[in-house]
Amino acid sequence: MEYPSDSTHPDGDEAPDLNAPQIQEEEKTSTFAKAKALLSELWHDKPGFVGFVIIVALVLMAIFAPLIAPYDPAEQSLRARLIPPVWQERGTWEHVLGTDHLGRDILSRIIHGSRISMIVGVAVVALAGGFGITMGLIAGFFGGRIDAAIMRFVDTIIAFPGLLLALVILAVIGPSMTTVIIVLALNGWMVYARMTRGIVLSVRQMPYVEAAEMVGGRSFHVIFRHILPNMMSPLLTLGVLEFARIVLAEAALSFLGLGIQPPATSWGLDVANGKDYLFVAWWLVTIPGCAIAITVLAINLLANWARVTSDPQEREKRFATSVAAMRRRKKSSSPAIQAAE
Amino acid sequence: MALAEQIEPAEPLVRVEDLTVRFPGGRAGFWGQTELEVHAIERMSFEIFPGETLGLVGESGSGKTTAGRAVLGRTPVKSGHIYFDGRDITNIEGDARRLLSRDMQLIFQDPYASLNPRMRILDLVAEPLIVHGLVRNRDEAVDEVKELLRKVGLPANAFERFPHAFSGGQRQRVVIARALALKPRFIVADEPVSALDVSIRAQVVNLLQDLQQEFGLTYLFIAHDLSVVQHVSDRIAIMYAGKLFEIGSADAIYSNPKHPYTEALLSAVPVPDPVIQRSQKRIVFEGEPPSPIYPPKGCRFAKRCPLATAQCENEEPPLAEKAPGQFAACWNRN
Repeated sequence: MEYPSDSTHPDGDEAPDLNAPQIQEEEKTSTFAKAKALLSELWHDKPGFVGFVIIVALVLMAIFAPLIAPYDPAEQSLRARLIPPVWQERGTWEHVLGTDHLGRDILSRIIHGSRISMIVGVAVVALAGGFGITMGLIAGFFGGRIDAAIMRFVDTIIAFPGLLLALVILAVIGPSMTTVIIVLALNGWMVYARMTRGIVLSVRQMPYVEAAEMVGGRSFHVIFRHILPNMMSPLLTLGVLEFARIVLAEAALSFLGLGIQPPATSWGLDVANGKDYLFVAWWLVTIPGCAIAITVLAINLLANWARVTSDPQEREKRFATSVAAMRRRKKSSSPAIQAAE
Repeated sequence: MALAEQIEPAEPLVRVEDLTVRFPGGRAGFWGQTELEVHAIERMSFEIFPGETLGLVGESGSGKTTAGRAVLGRTPVKSGHIYFDGRDITNIEGDARRLLSRDMQLIFQDPYASLNPRMRILDLVAEPLIVHGLVRNRDEAVDEVKELLRKVGLPANAFERFPHAFSGGQRQRVVIARALALKPRFIVADEPVSALDVSIRAQVVNLLQDLQQEFGLTYLFIAHDLSVVQHVSDRIAIMYAGKLFEIGSADAIYSNPKHPYTEALLSAVPVPDPVIQRSQKRIVFEGEPPSPIYPPKGCRFAKRCPLATAQCENEEPPLAEKAPGQFAACWNRN
């Protein structure tokens, strides 16, 4: 799971110990120093760093949306319908990414839509993940009847059609972003519960878990200190995959009129709305789709970095690879050394 | 070892009485009406005196690990009693059991799996101290951890590393340091060296002996290898198919075994001299241990034993004193 270290990066002449993941040095206890060390480590994992930058940019974009967006995302202009992006034949610089079937500026819609898409995605993953993982931990760790009860409950919820559940809840409470988040979380926590339970069952058998119990650790301690950290990798992966699914699920609800209500907008809603115009105006679907894809990709890259960083052994391997690659670059870039050898 | 003999008449530190452990073994019958049980340990009794090492030997599946786990309360006990320091600890649970872990600890067989790969050595060794509230956090534990690491022969700077940076022998030293952190009186060592390279086994065994001297520890040393046990044990117990077959002082067991099974085990111990080794007759018994689900009525060794008579087939031999301090379960030996 190592990243190929890219040889094109210009900082090849940096001293290798500057980028050492601070594994051997526990002296730096101040949070600032730790954050700095972590950031330096991130900088040396290029894909992870790219992901990090994109995520920061997206978050800033969402926060400052009204300041950045050139138009009101809900402003319609029937004269300027279906203008293609600027690089197309009829494109204009007035609407860089074109306009939709109601003449709304797509760039502005993307910028504003990022707010709801990201809030819904993050909130649902956090809610469903938090609840599902807790349930899975309890079921897997304590086993027996507790396990049977929780897992049968999970089976029941899974057997219940998700869309029907959403319809019922949304019809009773009324559509809003909060309701969408609750509905999607209610509909999505089971996968975390099942997966967590499965991993707990296998990690529970590890001798180090028994060792922790043997020295007198309470269940709570054993779960949070020994079991949970050792299942971060699969859970991180699942969380990232779920984020993408949630963004699209929100789109499905919005498309049915149960999710985000116009004039508010989200990426998913735009994808759904643009579907009818796919053959006349591809950009209605493609551009918000790309926004979703880029977000997911960025989260994926960062999560991958976080996964390696959280595993001491993988982390040292990555560090060793990056140092070795740097030495190789140094060698090939200075022919004097080559000649000397 | 002489020390142990002096103490011998004292109260035993650990006393196991008629210990029986059975595991659920599935169901049988057309409708699954019969619940089966795996007879892991049947009516086993032994004592361990303060400061001594009892070697527990048996082949795979003989129940020796289960016995160790039962003593530590890690396995539900079907019947019988376990006394620690005169106190019945058979059914102790919860906080009292947690408190008991300050007195009794376990050293695991596989040092590669018994250390959490995501924790530093400092956290691992300090964990017992922290969960028992003896120190508030890891920073307070640093000095004590360094001292423990020094005692088990690890460099002081080891404490900030992760387990994967260490070899098997070093990891086992970490496991030992962890077990010692609470200053226990009794340690169950469950095949502590069988996962290690032969070349470092002696080091770890010697370390365990040195620590025993230093802290006055009492060991239950579980192994399937008589040559290791011979080296460390004051007394030895031989198990077969869930039964205790013979128990006695290490010298007596080695020089004058009373049970035919013990004889066979001893004949399998290699002698570091080819001439003697070739001259020795290896006793090999045909057959396999009996099914633990359907144990035989009589002696569990009867099917393989050269001395077996009709009595052996039908009646289970009691553990009887065949020589002073040496007990064996055999009808045909005195």
